[in-house]
Amino acid sequence: MQLQQMYQEIILDHYKNPHGRGLRDPFDAESFQVNPTCGDEVTLRVRLDGDQVADVSYDGQGCSISQASTSVLTDLVVGRSVGEAFGKLDAFVELMQGRGTVEPDEDVLEDGIAFAGVAKYPARVKCALLGWMAFKDAVARAQGGS
Amino acid sequence: MTAVTAPLDVDALRADFPILGRTVRDGKRLVYLDSGATSQHPVQVIEAERAFLTEHNAAVHRGAHQLAEEATDAYEHARARIAEFVGASANELVFTKNATEGINLVAYAMGNASTAGPESARFKLGPGDEIVITEMEHHANLVPWQQLAQRTGATLRWLGVTDEGRLDLSNVDELVNSRTKVLAFTHQSNVLGTVNPVEPLVARARSVGALVVLDACQSVPHSAVDFRALGIDFAVFSSHKMLGPYGLGVLYGRHELLAAMPPFLTGGSMIEMVEMTRTTFAPPPQRFEAGTPMTSQAVALGAAVDYLSVVGMDRIAAHEHQLTVAALDGLAGIEGIRVLGPVDGHARGGAVAFVVDGIHPHDVGQVLDDQGVAVRVGHHCAWPLHRRLGVPASVRASFYLYNDLADVDAFLAAVRETRRFFGVA
Repeated sequence: MQLQQMYQEIILDHYKNPHGRGLRDPFDAESFQVNPTCGDEVTLRVRLDGDQVADVSYDGQGCSISQASTSVLTDLVVGRSVGEAFGKLDAFVELMQGRGTVEPDEDVLEDGIAFAGVAKYPARVKCALLGWMAFKDAVARAQGGS
Repeated sequence: MTAVTAPLDVDALRADFPILGRTVRDGKRLVYLDSGATSQHPVQVIEAERAFLTEHNAAVHRGAHQLAEEATDAYEHARARIAEFVGASANELVFTKNATEGINLVAYAMGNASTAGPESARFKLGPGDEIVITEMEHHANLVPWQQLAQRTGATLRWLGVTDEGRLDLSNVDELVNSRTKVLAFTHQSNVLGTVNPVEPLVARARSVGALVVLDACQSVPHSAVDFRALGIDFAVFSSHKMLGPYGLGVLYGRHELLAAMPPFLTGGSMIEMVEMTRTTFAPPPQRFEAGTPMTSQAVALGAAVDYLSVVGMDRIAAHEHQLTVAALDGLAGIEGIRVLGPVDGHARGGAVAFVVDGIHPHDVGQVLDDQGVAVRVGHHCAWPLHRRLGVPASVRASFYLYNDLADVDAFLAAVRETRRFFGVA
């Protein structure tokens, strides 16, 4: 059964016990992203301290994949520089869009490597990227001073 | 009417649908429960399209050569067959790109009427006029009216939905009133399966002079529907949901109305006479078929209608009813399931939408897919309806003539497996 490849224990753990969940103040920018095919949504806030990602907080509703990947995101980017965070974002996007052909680097993506199996299901890639796209958008807004 | 005596021979029918013989996800039998989104195609329909293309292909309604004659005959014969299938005349059926375009055609024609002459006055809309829809509409029968209201200054109103998933008719007389120009509603909900009461709604619309537009996308493929007997003004349905090809929708309009309605798309084929500064238009249905039409697709839909007619729409409806009741009964026996829409078989079709406590619909769909069961997940293009029912999304199984009780059993087993897999059983 391929199902276990998609729903790794790590993913189910993050889904049941999400990290960093809940919207927090203060924040510099907020992004709302929605997956129009299924109605899943996430609202994500970013607080920057200079070049550092000081906090990421979020709320939303969605499937296990979208919720778990947002939880993993907070682990990976909070406390890092924007440049490092975007490096992880690029690696995660590359993994998700690789249709299962990309070998993930655990040093870079940590728990994020658990999503390698999801990449084999094109319909679910958007789910996995929902929170990440919100992060990218929120950082751009924060840096744009809006 | 065909007597509903002999049940369908589903095994024999399934042999006509080659795709049902394939396997999915590592050798699993395909359990296709997504016909509400799009149906599968029998060889008879595929062959009809192939035969047209290999034997009679030419542009219709132009050219005087033999192939052009044959192609035009095939196209117009298909129109007549399809019209007969839904209780209409051939000159009352317009072929469109899809059902969505059919609704847009009416909405845009009404918008165009606002700047047209007095002959199309009855289609005019403006501030003070009202358009009434329902909260259970597919986006295709919602957004065009919402946007028409915004363009014209008319007001959009809607009938609500009860907790059980029926239309709330308690305030229908207040909502559908002398200001109402259009009442647009679905015959059968693509999510809830609910079959709406056309008769009282048409009666109310008639009494106030409103036009009635029926979304018949989920009814025409699954039951015997007679537009003239229903007394509606316009209706749409979709080829690919009733064994026919993609790229083709059908708009029905009472001839008197089509004859008075201004065009939506303009160009070739829809004209009577063109000068550099003015154009007069062809009579319907050609007036609404600008450009080269979907010819082989219409011919193949004619073959689909023949196929359905031979099987018998009443038998198909009875068969789907049996599957639907079995699915509803089965789901009722599984803990943590909430069915959206009527939980018994009364006045409902074969769309069964539900949510599973503690598991997102996407995740349910994924486990079902792993078992070979193809269902739809998401909001099914009915976002406001899901919002009304307090869920972001749902899982929908939908049945058709080629499904059998083994499919229902596989579906129910997969739902139970989902609960086990996610640890909520």
